[in-house]
Amino acid sequence: MSHNRITRARTFAAILATGVALTACTGNTPDTTPQAGGQAGAKVANDEPGEKVVIGFSAPAADHGWMAAISAAAKTEAEKYSDVELKVVEGTNDVSLQISQVETFINDKVDAIVLLPFDGAAMTPVALKAMKAGITVINVDRAFDSPFAARSTVLGDNYGMGVSAGTYVCEKLKGKSDAVVAEIAGIDSLPLTQDRSKGFADALGECGLNVDNRVAAEFTVESGEKAAANLLQAAPRIDAIWNHDDDQGVGVMAAIKNSGRGEFFVVGGAGSANVMREIKADNGLHKATVVYPSTQGADGIRLARLAVQGKSLGDLVEVEVPRQIELFAPVVTKDNVDDYLPTAFES
Amino acid sequence: MSENTATAAVAPTSGPPGESRARRAVTGFLGSAAGRNTGLVVALVLLCLVGVITAGDRFADVDNLLTILRLASVIGVVSVGMTFVITGGGIDLSVGAIVALSSVWATTLATQSVANDTHWLVLVSTAVAVGAGCGVVNGVLIAYGRIVAFIATLAMFAAARGLAEIISNRKTQIVNVQGFTQFFDASVLGVPVLIIIFAVVAIAGWVVLNRTTFGRRTFAVGGNPEAARLAGIDVRRHTVLLYTLLGVCCGIAAVMLIARTTTGSSTHGGLYELDAIAAVVIGGTLLSGGRGTIAGTVFGVLIFTTLSNVFTLNNLSISAQAVAKGAIIVAAVLLQQRLARRGDT
Repeated sequence: MSHNRITRARTFAAILATGVALTACTGNTPDTTPQAGGQAGAKVANDEPGEKVVIGFSAPAADHGWMAAISAAAKTEAEKYSDVELKVVEGTNDVSLQISQVETFINDKVDAIVLLPFDGAAMTPVALKAMKAGITVINVDRAFDSPFAARSTVLGDNYGMGVSAGTYVCEKLKGKSDAVVAEIAGIDSLPLTQDRSKGFADALGECGLNVDNRVAAEFTVESGEKAAANLLQAAPRIDAIWNHDDDQGVGVMAAIKNSGRGEFFVVGGAGSANVMREIKADNGLHKATVVYPSTQGADGIRLARLAVQGKSLGDLVEVEVPRQIELFAPVVTKDNVDDYLPTAFES
Repeated sequence: MSENTATAAVAPTSGPPGESRARRAVTGFLGSAAGRNTGLVVALVLLCLVGVITAGDRFADVDNLLTILRLASVIGVVSVGMTFVITGGGIDLSVGAIVALSSVWATTLATQSVANDTHWLVLVSTAVAVGAGCGVVNGVLIAYGRIVAFIATLAMFAAARGLAEIISNRKTQIVNVQGFTQFFDASVLGVPVLIIIFAVVAIAGWVVLNRTTFGRRTFAVGGNPEAARLAGIDVRRHTVLLYTLLGVCCGIAAVMLIARTTTGSSTHGGLYELDAIAAVVIGGTLLSGGRGTIAGTVFGVLIFTTLSNVFTLNNLSISAQAVAKGAIIVAAVLLQQRLARRGDT
């Protein structure tokens, strides 16, 4: 085990040092080291079992459906591969504790760490430490603030999410220049929330609208209810609401129901199954939601496995796993909901 | 390590005449500080044993030990300060919020540019000063404003985090101060600086509580404030000093957290008040005041952090860990009450 790791660490160092990506293709037999490959571009059946990969996985507390789905999807994905051993420490919103979890992975000499940080910037130092120790770090969802802290990064398109939502609102409110648009954001201290809001504002600006009322919740049902109740109190007339997150949306809809109002339509975010079912039935205020894939952690597991085994990403010509993958943020409406419902998460 | 109680001088040291000598010796030992600490040591050893059995060499490893201690160091410093306040008959619910505010204030662009122009100690002293300032406000409100500690610090709990959010605009502030990270990232003889800071704070805390007038006054104020006042102690002034001391500890903890994460954020220090109070209470400090032990608090912190480490090593969820934590707190307090009752007879 430790011998393997040293080999891999050395390999990794070699890749970094030479900057030449010739080592990607390796045979699928466990005893072949990446250096022995030398058959760049050759076809590799990625799903065939390769050398054993130990992956550590850490994410924030599963206090809402999306985050719970992230961990669940990652575990399910790991179980599909006989050559992956997954160590999961789930759930903490205390950065100090999450740092110590990653330190434990480093002590354990795992091959790769898939990390969804509570706060990307705060987890950067320990991720750097892991990379220095020769561990392949895959950063998911909330980006580190150093490019050296991760081998690859899987991100949802947060700015794109805002743009998608804003564009949809523009379409629906076409011609109403005095329309009142409200926004219920998620945790404001996260860069991803700031990106979403910026995208939303930019897209609205394209059609001459702007965000008239903005409140922030914390992704949880309770916080959504509180924020929405305040918003409804503050704005006597609303034409459209974009709610960043369908989990907090459960609370948002509860507050709207209590107020007895319904002069507006709601666009959701993240894409939970219950919101999609409402869109499909077309009997509620939700007319659309913007997908923010809850399978990012699972993608992180796959990437970690490929990167450690020195395999390439199937359908790309590239021989190495890419540095960054940004997922698409499509708008789900009544017309296309059936395509997205199967992968939606339950909140 | 020895321990003082305000009533030690007047409390009867021998049991009722009928009691057997041996039993008296046992209860006397268990009731004493050494006995209580023995209980904690046994608990910690048991926990380590579980760690070794379930995780083997992965647990009993120098790197893992350092991981546990690094995790313990930040909350440990807060808990040492909390021991003083609780021993002095108070409580502070605002420590987490003070840590957040200190971390944010010390990492604003303004502070960082001054620190870069002069020395990174500016950042450190800003954090400590902000912590001390919050402590003074808490102390003055409680001692001179006659607001119950629970309520005064509850107000600070809300206000300090709110202020931190306003200052940081709810954004995470990244530290880029020359020399700061290098200093706190370093190790002396293989021991990381953060752990050394925790050790220094704990030892200083022990000396101050057990070997100085300030410490004796703390026991007196916590045991019986009226008696302390009649004995010539300025109880109100002393209360302010206790909360200020805890504020300073929060400032130090904020610096350590900034070093550990290279960031200041209004989300830092979440639920630290509960973690610190839990560690202090299972350590054997009486919530009603008058009796306190720094060594016990240090063991309390180590028990919780070791627990979290053992759970991490075994792939167990944080939720199961929270349940175990709750059980430990209840068990410790029940044991404490038993010992206290026996001590009274």
